[in-house]
Amino acid sequence: MSELFTRSFQLFKLTIRRDRLRASIWIFALTFFTLIIPSSFQSLYPDQQDRDAMAVTMENPAMVAMVGRGDLDNYTIGAMSAHQMVLITAVFVGIMSILLFVRHTRTDEEEGRVELIRALPVGRLATIHAATMYVVLVNVVLAALVAIGFMVQPIESIGIEGSLLYGATLGGTGICFVAVASLFTQLSDSSRGATGWSIGLLLFFYVLRAIGDIGNETLSLLSPLGWTTQTMIFTENHWWPILLMGAFSFVILLLAYRLNAKRDLEAGLFPSKPGNAHAANNLLSPFGLAFRLQRTAFISWAVGMLLLGISYGSVLGDLDSFFQGNEMIEKILVQEKGYSIADQFISIIMTVMAMIATIPALISMNKLYSEEKKSRLELLYAKPVSRKTMMASYLSVAVINAFVSVVLSGIGLWAAGSMVMDNPVSLGTIIGASIAYIPAMFVMIGLSALLIGLKPNVLSLTWVYLVYSFIVVYMGNLFQLDEWFSNVTPFGHVSQLPVDEFEVIPFLGLSGVVVIFVIAGLSFYSKRDIQG
Amino acid sequence: MENVVDIKRLTKRFGDFTALNQVNFSVKKGEVFGFIGPNGAGKSTTIRILLGILKATEGQATIFGKDVWSDSMKIHRRIAYVPGDVNLWPNLTGGEVIDLFTKLRGGRQTKQREELLERYKLDPTKKCRTYSKGNRQKVALVSALLSEADLYIFDEPTSGLDPLMEQTFQEDVRNLRQEGKSVLLSSHILSEVEKLCDRVGIIRDGTIIEQGSLEELRHLTRHQVLLETTSNLEGLSDVDGVHDVNQDGNTYRFQVNAEQMDQVIKFASQYPIQKFESAPPTLEDLFMRHYEGTDEVVE
Repeated sequence: MSELFTRSFQLFKLTIRRDRLRASIWIFALTFFTLIIPSSFQSLYPDQQDRDAMAVTMENPAMVAMVGRGDLDNYTIGAMSAHQMVLITAVFVGIMSILLFVRHTRTDEEEGRVELIRALPVGRLATIHAATMYVVLVNVVLAALVAIGFMVQPIESIGIEGSLLYGATLGGTGICFVAVASLFTQLSDSSRGATGWSIGLLLFFYVLRAIGDIGNETLSLLSPLGWTTQTMIFTENHWWPILLMGAFSFVILLLAYRLNAKRDLEAGLFPSKPGNAHAANNLLSPFGLAFRLQRTAFISWAVGMLLLGISYGSVLGDLDSFFQGNEMIEKILVQEKGYSIADQFISIIMTVMAMIATIPALISMNKLYSEEKKSRLELLYAKPVSRKTMMASYLSVAVINAFVSVVLSGIGLWAAGSMVMDNPVSLGTIIGASIAYIPAMFVMIGLSALLIGLKPNVLSLTWVYLVYSFIVVYMGNLFQLDEWFSNVTPFGHVSQLPVDEFEVIPFLGLSGVVVIFVIAGLSFYSKRDIQG
Repeated sequence: MENVVDIKRLTKRFGDFTALNQVNFSVKKGEVFGFIGPNGAGKSTTIRILLGILKATEGQATIFGKDVWSDSMKIHRRIAYVPGDVNLWPNLTGGEVIDLFTKLRGGRQTKQREELLERYKLDPTKKCRTYSKGNRQKVALVSALLSEADLYIFDEPTSGLDPLMEQTFQEDVRNLRQEGKSVLLSSHILSEVEKLCDRVGIIRDGTIIEQGSLEELRHLTRHQVLLETTSNLEGLSDVDGVHDVNQDGNTYRFQVNAEQMDQVIKFASQYPIQKFESAPPTLEDLFMRHYEGTDEVVE
């Protein structure tokens, strides 16, 4: 038995050595974003009155589904920080744990590194044990830093016990997902599979808790992420969820270790199902291929954009109480007569969502160049496939992607908004507002096509340009920027419906730019050398 | 005989770097042409120009008499290509990739597919992510062999294959030649080229330095001769055409210019010879001779 673990400690040290930068970045980022919250809440909501108004907003079922239940009757700075932040941070800690654990087990196994290690006098369980110790250590360090960081905050409602509990909650949730990852690492035979299943289960736990928190509380108690929100940090300080997390992790890890000791190297316990021996008809064209390669990303982004729309929409009902006294948001929303604060909020949110929806579209267009860099185009161009056909295929996928993303975010906004608003905005208005952004989004795609044709090594400028557009359009009022700053981005020329009138000239102007970019892109792309 | 591939004064510059300098060669209809040279000599650059992926800086390259850049779509309907480094999409299966390539080439699904998969021992249901280099190469090979092409371009096609599969590939290349197809085979496995090719071109630093049938090339170089005798061969090194004499007891090893072999035989016949072995230079000898940049023939 003892031989199973021989030299785990040396491997553990090697793992730390390999990951010292990666782990430090994760720990630093998560600690930093956790600890800046209380003081920023203190400046945003200085009085108990402000915080109680916020607490009312938080009773909205959509908010409960998103962040979980909190102690809304004692909504102090501490309670507020814990309620709004602990679950989302714990989700990221869970993802970190999964990624780090799989990286040091399945990925190493896939790359053949575990085989090298196993050929040495090293125990059969040493790899999994070293990885477990390492990711648990990362979680413990994170928990300790968070606890200490809270303790030193000069805020009355943040006590020592709550600080320790906050750290323990994050670390405990993280360790639960070390266990989850360790189990799927045995079941699936690839690192992608193990990561996918683990993150899938994490999302399932999140949704299970959301349903439970809105209605049936028993469901929340079946989810480790439900335990996370049950701690009631900085008010009642429940410690029992931490015990549950410990027990859960121990049992699952024990099971994973047993399975690991039994299975063959590089095998999984899930039957690995063979793929298709023949291609489906819809794969058999440049467009079909371009779409198929991006299908998973396409669907994930579509779901993500819908959820983004829903989460913005869910706050539309409580806007007035939400914005009262919030100077920053008041500056962004310049008061216009005749429009409700909700209308103005929608037009700003549509801008933000349109720019976020541009991300998947750009990724999708830029993929034409990343395929080239991976030398995967050479085999296609050796067939009677023209450059124009290929670029047009990627353009089509990007255009569909942009359209679906922005419209779905609009639909999400409308769906959630119509449930919580007294005078809901019509679906037509919101779809119209999203479609107004389409030419601007197409300009970004067209720019990418142009650069792929003309000078692909500076393709990342498309991202710089998108970030620039975001800062200028979203924050322009806040920084009091000159108008020309927003004139040089396509998003500065979009009519912000429903507050603005729809203007035809900019719409046609942007469309004209798209046509020029695309034609130039296609023509340059047909003439240049392809790298591979 | 008509030329399937014709390259004239082909030059390719990347910025200041000249990758190809005035390259000339041709592949005749129905022949297997070996294109040899070390890494970085310009083999793949030449092939990529032939595929219309890179644009020639100067000179002319045609396939089936059509310009490789402007008529690439017409040409590509009749060629099949296997690169040395096959990069596939990790989330598609080998079978899906083969079908995709067949379709893009404009061909139909043939019965041969299953036979070829069997022949190359390739499991089409595996994701390309799980394939080794050799298996990825098999995907491209099976796809190329399934096509009804007139010209096959292979760029180091066997670099990842095991010896058994290499044998299978060589058989298939011979079959292609019997069917009257033309093959451009770039390789640095010289024994393979020697077995398969009718003519070879040797490229060094972007320039073709030798071109012709193996017979012709051998003619330009020296045979390796081994003599065993009981007496001392006085004056062997003074015979015309003899070079690099090495004596080890009664055994002499030396090189002879191919066209002066009879001088050596006349000289040797004066002595009691126990053993006379003459080996034509291997392609490796030819190749090394050019790369050593000296007259030495390396064994």
